Amino acid sequence: MRVGSIHWFWFSSPHTFYPLAGTIARACAIAAALFCIAGLYVGLFVAPTDATQGEAYRIIFIHVPAAWMSMFLYLVMAFWAAAGLAMNTRLSGMMASALAPTGALFTFIALWTGSLWGKPTWGAWWVWDARLTSELILLFLYFGFMALKASIDDPRRADRAGAVLAIVGAVNVPIIYYSVVWWNTLHQGASVSLTRAPSMAKTMLLGMLLMALGFWMYSIAVALTRVRSMIREEERQ
Amino acid sequence: MSGFFAMGGYAFYVWGSYGVTFALLALEVFFLLKRKKRETAP
Repeated sequence: MRVGSIHWFWFSSPHTFYPLAGTIARACAIAAALFCIAGLYVGLFVAPTDATQGEAYRIIFIHVPAAWMSMFLYLVMAFWAAAGLAMNTRLSGMMASALAPTGALFTFIALWTGSLWGKPTWGAWWVWDARLTSELILLFLYFGFMALKASIDDPRRADRAGAVLAIVGAVNVPIIYYSVVWWNTLHQGASVSLTRAPSMAKTMLLGMLLMALGFWMYSIAVALTRVRSMIREEERQ
Repeated sequence: MSGFFAMGGYAFYVWGSYGVTFALLALEVFFLLKRKKRETAP
């Protein structure tokens, strides 16, 4: 299929995608390290102490970017799964599989840091609040996706079954995002939104955005490296 | 400097967050590179 002079499906073949993925992964790995160092510097040394929470609030620089990534990676994973289902391209299923462990990792980090933040500020490690519960469900969706794909031997059947689970589970992402609006939760509302000015100091926001960019670059680097491993494994067989 | 590490009494919570996060990311990279090494070996 040709649109203009661009071969849209050229890079949907694992063989042609392999070297490109390597180049992008290396660049993103370097960018991830730089953004994380800058983010840690701003978050730990530049951002002022919070008036009400003291130094405990510094968990925000990990917690919020990790929570963003956990939801965003799920949507990207569901997108690739859906693309694979629609166009039957093998690489799409590989991309979805490569994103799942990293998405699960960031979901766990969001829950872990949330727990360590909840104890000193709320007085509890865990509460069955709408935000926390829906994020825990997200973790189980990632685990379910990985377990389902691992349990089916035929890769194309595994891709299709995984895609259905990923697409149905995507309903959970807006539930997580809007849970603090829809329900009366202990968890606070969003401090950063696209429609209004952020309710925090500029340096705090900068630290959070730098960490988010770092995690973003990290996720691309790791997912592409994992895809390359999958392509190598498939070619060996 | 000790004041920095004490984090105003929240050292366990703050460093517990940062430490576990970067340990897990490092672990993921470690396993990925190990997998890569195993496959690219002749």
